[in-house]
Amino acid sequence: MQLLIEGIFNGISIGAVLLIAALGLAIVFGLMGVINLAHGELMMLGAYTTFVVQNGFRQIGGPLLETYIFFALIAAFFVAALAGLVLERGVIRYLYGRPLETLLATWGVSLILQQFVRSVSWQLVIGLVIFCALFFGALWAISKRSNFYRIRNWAIAILAVLGAKISWEIAAALGRRFGLALTQPWFGAQNVDVTAPSWLRGGVVLMGFQLPYVRLFIIALTLICVVGIYLFLGRSPWGLRIRAVTQNRSMSACLGIPTAKVDALTFALGSGLAGIAGCAISLLGSVGPNTGQNYIVDAFMVVVVGGVGKLVGTLVAALAIGTINYLVGSGTLALISTPIQPLVDFFTFFATTSMAKVMVFALIIAFLQVRPAGIFPQKGRMVDA
Amino acid sequence: MTRRLGRRKFLLYGSATLGTSVLLKACGNTTTTDANVAGSPTATTTSAASGDTIKVGILHSLSGTMAISEKSVVDAEQLAIEEINQAGGVLGKQIQAVVEDGASDWPTFAEKARKLIDQDRVVTIFGCWTSASRKAVLPVFEDKQHMLWYPVQYEGQECSNNIFYTGAAPNQQIEPSVDWLLENKGREFFLVGSDYVFPRTANTIIKAQLEAKGGTVVGEDYLPLGNTEVTPIITKIRQALPNGGVIYNTLNGDSNVAFFKQMQGAGLGPDRYPVMSVSIAEEEVKAIGVEYLKGHYAAWNYFQTVDTPANQKFVEAFKAKYGSNRVTNDPMEAAYIAVYLWKQAVEKAGTADDLEKVRMAAYGLSFDAPEGRVTMNPNHHISKVVRIGEVRDDGLFEIISSTDGAVDPLPWNQFVADTKGFACDWSDRNKGGKFKLDA
Amino acid sequence: MIDTLLGIPGLRRERQTRRNLLIEAGIISAIALVLIFVMPLILSGFELNLLGRFLALAIVALGIDLIWGYTGMLSLGHGIFFALGGYAIAMHIKLQIPSTSSIQLPEFMTLYGVTELPWFWRPFYSFPFSAIAVLAVPAIVGAILGYLVFRNRIRGVYFSILTQATTVVFFNFFNGQQKLINGTNGLTDFRTILGASVNAPQTQFAIYTLTILFLIAAYALSRWLTSGRFGRLLMAIRDDESRVRFSGYDPTGYKVLVFAISAALAGLAGAMFTLQTGIISPRAMDIGFSIEMVIWVAVGGRASLVGAVLGALLVNYARSRLSTEFAENWLFFQGALFLIVVTILPDGLIGWLRHQGVNQVRSLLGSRQLATYPSLETDPEVQHEREVLSKETSE
Repeated sequence: MQLLIEGIFNGISIGAVLLIAALGLAIVFGLMGVINLAHGELMMLGAYTTFVVQNGFRQIGGPLLETYIFFALIAAFFVAALAGLVLERGVIRYLYGRPLETLLATWGVSLILQQFVRSVSWQLVIGLVIFCALFFGALWAISKRSNFYRIRNWAIAILAVLGAKISWEIAAALGRRFGLALTQPWFGAQNVDVTAPSWLRGGVVLMGFQLPYVRLFIIALTLICVVGIYLFLGRSPWGLRIRAVTQNRSMSACLGIPTAKVDALTFALGSGLAGIAGCAISLLGSVGPNTGQNYIVDAFMVVVVGGVGKLVGTLVAALAIGTINYLVGSGTLALISTPIQPLVDFFTFFATTSMAKVMVFALIIAFLQVRPAGIFPQKGRMVDA
Repeated sequence: MTRRLGRRKFLLYGSATLGTSVLLKACGNTTTTDANVAGSPTATTTSAASGDTIKVGILHSLSGTMAISEKSVVDAEQLAIEEINQAGGVLGKQIQAVVEDGASDWPTFAEKARKLIDQDRVVTIFGCWTSASRKAVLPVFEDKQHMLWYPVQYEGQECSNNIFYTGAAPNQQIEPSVDWLLENKGREFFLVGSDYVFPRTANTIIKAQLEAKGGTVVGEDYLPLGNTEVTPIITKIRQALPNGGVIYNTLNGDSNVAFFKQMQGAGLGPDRYPVMSVSIAEEEVKAIGVEYLKGHYAAWNYFQTVDTPANQKFVEAFKAKYGSNRVTNDPMEAAYIAVYLWKQAVEKAGTADDLEKVRMAAYGLSFDAPEGRVTMNPNHHISKVVRIGEVRDDGLFEIISSTDGAVDPLPWNQFVADTKGFACDWSDRNKGGKFKLDA
Repeated sequence: MIDTLLGIPGLRRERQTRRNLLIEAGIISAIALVLIFVMPLILSGFELNLLGRFLALAIVALGIDLIWGYTGMLSLGHGIFFALGGYAIAMHIKLQIPSTSSIQLPEFMTLYGVTELPWFWRPFYSFPFSAIAVLAVPAIVGAILGYLVFRNRIRGVYFSILTQATTVVFFNFFNGQQKLINGTNGLTDFRTILGASVNAPQTQFAIYTLTILFLIAAYALSRWLTSGRFGRLLMAIRDDESRVRFSGYDPTGYKVLVFAISAALAGLAGAMFTLQTGIISPRAMDIGFSIEMVIWVAVGGRASLVGAVLGALLVNYARSRLSTEFAENWLFFQGALFLIVVTILPDGLIGWLRHQGVNQVRSLLGSRQLATYPSLETDPEVQHEREVLSKETSE
């Protein structure tokens, strides 16, 4: 009996983490067809935001500290959404309809973001600001010229190099002048600590088994997010527009739906959810430059298994993968199959956490043999793209 | 039509390549010798010390998964180099460090080691963290008869003439900590580790040791590097140790954070489930959060709280250079003393270029390190004090046990049947890296 | 090449094609000769070794180009095949234990209590078997994986994600098997191959030469596959798979075949790379590495074999240089490279040279752009219209 409760609870709690990590992806990938490999890094931004908010509240101190997590959730949502918006406007909008290229571009973005949190310091920020001012300022000045379109590409190339050089020199000079105050990295290459507020530490004891509060919190948070998205997509006017654009972009455009705005909004929403996920996982795991990398493949698998474009599929897939992962990894399967010796040997071989991962992925690939389009495939006739 | 064309094309290409290859093979033999002359400078004749600087290499991961740990080791090495340079350098010459990024990728480590040796002509290299990266560069160093200073505690079972190990061998960290646990905490052990070579070897040693000393291993599990879902492991721990017991933790990096956070969530606290870690130092405590670690243990040779004048100086200098919120830890200290030991060896040998001389000069050197007095042994490891620390409220360690004097290193483990009775001595040509001790 | 010559009568066309082919073969052999004879004189031992490694990577780039550039399948799992090839040759080398040694096992095994050589190691005593395994094992794994995936008509991004997941499976598996294949550390510390010391300069030069020959062979094979009927079919699959299906072809077999070939090329590359690096470890199955392979091809230019080779060489050279110059911040450059290639140079360097490079240079020099439709330029009616227009604007 206890085995069963533990199995169910742990399966759900692992599934909830997977689900919250995959939710944003399900929206971006499912609705827009954009493969966002920087999704993990958006989660990382959310986690770092949590760290910053936590430290801010520590400065203030007092009873307010215990509530920092709620502010952190909101802040993480907006920081990640903003980053997503910049990403969409700056890069992805040029790549719609070319999913494989967005994949490469977002991988590049993820590398940049990883290195960014490692080496971000006031020096770097000042350098960046100067660069942007120089580059876009000069570009604006040049755009007044009549032959702008002919020299555009060359101008950009030259300005980029020149601007980078100048801003680099200024930043380096400032760094030498002010020393550590400017050059010390904000976060550094090391992980940073996010400590859950004290009411989230510990857990409820139920039949000799402790349900951690953090897990319960994440399950609740995931539920709220799922319901929230469901209502947003299903009931709100913008949700309606998003669905319309998903189904038929050109027809929606003809009917006056601002597709560019819808794209930006959808992407920002998905990114914001990644931020929330980052905040949630910071309570369970590490917060560091590699945080995002640890989740990205799992999140994609959840979306693919669930069936693209279906929230309910993502939900079921996350729970299923979570439960199987737990059952295999904890050796419960080996325990259950006691009477049959070969089965026991088989499951014991896979009963370490790392081999469980092998097993789960192998199962996923096998499952896709049976249902290539996931648990809940999108219905209707589709034109191959 | 097109098919015929295709086939004809194939024939053409095939014959062309075949022709060239035959041609090349014919001439191949003569060219190889030419190539050798041009392509392979003899390794030991390095010329870095010419002029008024001495070039040394620093080879750690500055990007990728291992950057978390290795970046601070680079900081410590650069601090030592800066200090030495300010005090007048080595043999009157300034040290110039060439920093390369191993990118957490083992082939890259091998490539960069070769580059530092062949192209930059450095006289020694300080580097590597993971065993895998050390194993990757080892053939390069042996091939070129070059010198590496390796600053991290590791699993032993290796003794190369070309590497100086300034971290702990297993008998200077793992074995004493297991003894301490057996004496003070209990006889039932659960082993948790990351899925790579150090934890697996460490656990092999622990199992052999426990068998010899009357403890038992009730379970073990390995997490993939970077994995943050530890629920299944916690279930296993609870099933294997329903009434509490010792957990021996060789997890690395990110997984530690998840492990301790989720242990506390599941109600497995240090009172009943004390965790002994060998990869958690001051930096990691800071990254995990003191709240989750309070009351758990770690075994090292150095803690920031070690009370020696040399340590005070080291900590102050480090904070002044990198910021007051930074902490020092064991691998950083080991990297720091590696630079100083190398400097001493070079001064004793009177040359930085003749690596054989420097190597011989290094044996028997002592240095007042932050951790206390250390001595370089002829087996390329150093004698050091072993300490057990308990995490306290400010994130530093309370030293609750330490050995009376420095413990001599044993690279070949004496509990594992395969290496029992073996030792290493490079000062004697007849003995070398692995010889059988007389019983 | 053929399509540009449309309009020339058959016989002449054929003769012309043959001449072009001869020229191409000549250029290639010239480059090969330079690489083999001149480079060792110019470059130091380390640089030559680096060049050899890049050339090995160029082989895998050709493989990626075959399936991505020509067939439109973006594989993010070629690291697997690369590693399999590397492991195959490394296992053979690890079994070259001098007969004087008391234990006839690779040294890592004894440390973990393995007393008997595992069964799957045994065949690797034989060099011919290992050499074949370098190609065959990746090809078979690729074929099985490909069959399972393509049979279900999984394609596009799903295929990419699936291959990525497979990488994770293989990585964890190889990483976890400490006793059998030395886990994370991988196989390293190579001593002898075919009786010669692996690290001896002569052997390394022989391997370098061999890499060049294999690269040429791989190029020739890819060139043969992509020209002619088979190549056009691949491109048809890339451009519209459904239409190919409707035309009565079953693309599955072709896709599996080309995927297996591409996997075999990756295995070959892995083996040559391993021989020159001296290590093969599960890190080769890291997700990042497989994605990097794709970017080499993207930089050089998709659907251009020369581009793939060029891209692999350029990117790796840049990577090596940048990570030396900016040890701490070079990831910024790598990330930027991904962005720039995708947004500004979608056709890669070769594509840019072919389509725009000439025009760009001309426009910069102030001369008139080359026309998109040359026939319009000579059309008198168009000329007349233009004159009228320019008169109107000037007035």
